[in-house]
Amino acid sequence: MNPAWTILSAFAGALLVLLLPARVAGASRFIALAASLVGAVAAAAACLARLNHPAGPAWSYKRPWIASLGIDFHLAANGLSLTLLLLTGLVAVAGVLFSWNVERRPRAFFAFFLTIIGGVYGVFLSRDAFLLFVCYEIVILPKYMLIAIWGSTNKEYGAMKLTMYSIGSSALILIGLVVAYAAAGATSFDLAHLAGAHYPLALQMWAFPILFLGFAVLAGMWPFHTWAPTGHVAAPTAASMLLAGVVMKLGAYGALCVALPLFPQGFVAWQPVIAGLAVIGVVYGALTALQQKDLKFVIGYSSVSHMGFVLLGIAAATHWGLRGAVLQMISHGIIAGLLFGIAGRVVYERAHTRDLTALQGFDLWRTLPGSAVAFTLATAASMGLPGFSGFVAEISVAIGLWQKFPWLVPAIAAGIIITGAFSLRALHKAFFPVRQPSAAAPPALPPLTWPEISAISLLLAVSLAIGIYPRPWVVLIDDGLRSPLFHTILSLK
Amino acid sequence: MLLLSLLLLPLAGAVLTAVWPGAHHRPAGRIATAWSVAPLVLLGAMEFLRPTASNGVIAEWSLPWIPDANIHLAFSVDGTSFLFLLLTCLVTWFALMVSSRMNLGDRAYCALILVMESMLFGVFTARHFIPWFLCWEMTLIPAYLLIRLWGGKGAPRAALRFFIVTLGGGVAMLLGFLAMQLAVGTMDFAVLSELAANHQLAGRLAQVFAGTGLDGHALLTIVAVAVFLGLAVKIPVVPFHAWLPDAYAEAPTPVTILLTGLLSKMGVYGLLRVFLPIFPEVLPGLAPWLTALAVSTVLLGALAALAQKDLKRIIAYSSVNHLGYCVLAVAAVAALHSDRDAVASAVSGVVLQAFNHGIIAAALFFSIGILEMRGGGARGLNDFGGLRARMPVLSGLMALAVFASLGLPGLSGFVGEFLIFNGGFGLVPWSAAISVIGLLLTAVFLLRMIRKVFHGLLPPAMAQWSDLSAGERWLFVPMIAMIVIPGLWPQVLLQFTNGDTLRLLELLRPIP
Repeated sequence: MNPAWTILSAFAGALLVLLLPARVAGASRFIALAASLVGAVAAAAACLARLNHPAGPAWSYKRPWIASLGIDFHLAANGLSLTLLLLTGLVAVAGVLFSWNVERRPRAFFAFFLTIIGGVYGVFLSRDAFLLFVCYEIVILPKYMLIAIWGSTNKEYGAMKLTMYSIGSSALILIGLVVAYAAAGATSFDLAHLAGAHYPLALQMWAFPILFLGFAVLAGMWPFHTWAPTGHVAAPTAASMLLAGVVMKLGAYGALCVALPLFPQGFVAWQPVIAGLAVIGVVYGALTALQQKDLKFVIGYSSVSHMGFVLLGIAAATHWGLRGAVLQMISHGIIAGLLFGIAGRVVYERAHTRDLTALQGFDLWRTLPGSAVAFTLATAASMGLPGFSGFVAEISVAIGLWQKFPWLVPAIAAGIIITGAFSLRALHKAFFPVRQPSAAAPPALPPLTWPEISAISLLLAVSLAIGIYPRPWVVLIDDGLRSPLFHTILSLK
Repeated sequence: MLLLSLLLLPLAGAVLTAVWPGAHHRPAGRIATAWSVAPLVLLGAMEFLRPTASNGVIAEWSLPWIPDANIHLAFSVDGTSFLFLLLTCLVTWFALMVSSRMNLGDRAYCALILVMESMLFGVFTARHFIPWFLCWEMTLIPAYLLIRLWGGKGAPRAALRFFIVTLGGGVAMLLGFLAMQLAVGTMDFAVLSELAANHQLAGRLAQVFAGTGLDGHALLTIVAVAVFLGLAVKIPVVPFHAWLPDAYAEAPTPVTILLTGLLSKMGVYGLLRVFLPIFPEVLPGLAPWLTALAVSTVLLGALAALAQKDLKRIIAYSSVNHLGYCVLAVAAVAALHSDRDAVASAVSGVVLQAFNHGIIAAALFFSIGILEMRGGGARGLNDFGGLRARMPVLSGLMALAVFASLGLPGLSGFVGEFLIFNGGFGLVPWSAAISVIGLLLTAVFLLRMIRKVFHGLLPPAMAQWSDLSAGERWLFVPMIAMIVIPGLWPQVLLQFTNGDTLRLLELLRPIP
């Protein structure tokens, strides 16, 4: 199946949902599910096809778009983009399933949801810097709407903060891209062309941090991460899943596939700084998560910590490091989606609280055992225990780090141990509270519904599949890393 | 394929127990207990079908994981693995039986125990670091939940401490091995030990990490220490034992049996099969430190047991003491002495001591569990007295286990300790001599326990206590058999390990 089906299905779905008559508004969730399923299946089929014919030419589609500026409508897929495409598809399906009961304006909700998905697919497939930027921008408005209309807990503040950060970072990206475009002769926005041009070192020294920072903000790099926890907490469940699961990956993807290839010498100069910030992010995010009282804030800060691993892998910039960074993007996308889905939909919609102390009164292990089992497995995955996807990603990043910055390895160890501590703390408090004999009997809660169970099983199964047999994912990612974009970076010593 | 089915069998049982319709308390226990006999049968079949002339390998299975990095899910069973697998089967079955006796646990509990069994099988058969570590860490979650959810009052703290400390050790070990991956391009135990035996590991590390300014020997020492940390936390070696007394005491008794009988053996197994073969280049330098740690583990374990007033804590610290002898033997071997007979004796001693301790500790903890059941949870040293009159059978059986534990000749505990000291006196005479004090102290606190519980005045509240029921007696039978038979005829166990011991000796050639 053609990878372009992913983009088409998302936007077509969004359009269809909007055109739906008001009296059958409830049908919008079926359309959304169908659209995201088509996307996921198309992505999976493309991945399989690539696995079966690894040597063949990758799929691409190129038409002139704004010829006078040298802008093409250029889509192409290598293994790396395909894995991220599949991640997006999976998180989208799970997101729709977790939003099955949205009562308030479902048509608008799913239209915005599918628009984000379409934009994300677009970014992962674009091979033209301008087109990539346009897709990147498409995501911002629906993101704001989802949080501001369907959100909770301080939603206006969260939505506004997130949007301001997004717009600010987009401005930086635009500056970076235009600088590269102009310096490369102002003939084409094609990424391969821009990456092939030779920029003077002085230009790279200042243009690289601008472009990289623009992307890294969205990837949640410390100290520009503060939008992430507040935004994730304020967002409705499906939007938290998308934000943490795939939108943060846009930033990491941009940093990896645009900023690094364009200005490799600039990257080398700033490499230690990025590694340092990433390590701080890993440890700081974990320590902050240890202090939180709201279950969603714990997950929000854990995202900062986990994305720190992605940035660390990028900073190491060895084959292992980059491979680990992509694996961690995929792994974190799935696990964050799962954690937010359970905390936001399964628990919050029933208990109407996410406060770790208040949740103790619900004794979820006894009243909602399914959620406790699911969250325990998700926690194990999030800690990076072997057998789950996080482990494969973390060891790859750690090997990359050994190669480049061996002295930072102990910091990784600290990060992993603190992650264990805060994950268990949240799991304890929220799901396995110590029962006081005097406490009132916990209220009965409705059991898990089928959409919830399917979404949880889907994401857990993928995380386990990657953890137990990572080979196909590694093969696809390596296929992407062989692209000419990374030649300079990977030949650095 | 036989091995793969063995690895997956308990997992399948866990799923079955978890989803069996209406399987609450007793049925879940019955399904799980019945299921836990199956791996024993499979193990017997494996031994029966073993290929001849296979260099000691009984069965193997492997699957490429990340092929271009030489990462394979490789498992194989040799004689030593076989003994550890046998121990795992026996102790898991026993723990499940004890659980249903104690009317403990529901389907989640039984399923978690079976999951843990699968992971232990993996640890005792993996031939590559990644699958080994995968199973190693995956034992943590079931163990944590079993302590946390079915343990006593202090269980949440104990479980958390257990988890974090062991996770920390695991991470140290992982990062150490990742450095090896970079230097050598694989984490396959056999390849690494082959390189190490030819004294090439340090050189490889020095090449790859030239940027750190450290020489190969120092780098390899750092890696070895990191790996040792991960193993030491699990055994545990003093001073990494802080998690142990609380975890052992707060866990429900069958889980304590699993923790001491099996989880601590993971560490011993790792020292023997991973640490010794891979780090011979730096072992002589580390040997004095290891010896010091081993001697303090032996002595402090015994002294701490002497100071305890809670039966479970006494046996918990006595486990520290007993596994200290294993560490002592490993430390003695680490000096890479040229006295091959002494080394062989010490190595065989480690395996036997680990195996026998698992069985004896299970019998002891079960005895305490019976006292707990009769007394409604009381297990203070001074809560009991004069029970010999009321419970002659229990007093006889527990005394037998105690005598085995303190190393009476003719019972299994003696054989392992004898081999260890036989080797130890030849290799590290002074440390072995000091450790003998540990043997004496063990006798003191174990016999005091017997005296306090079974002799003296019978408290009136215990006048109506009944002796072992028929079911409880039958449960003791296999354990007592496993204590008496190897004690009288150690060859029954040693025949499995002799070939592996010789192969290990080949790898541990003294540095010229």
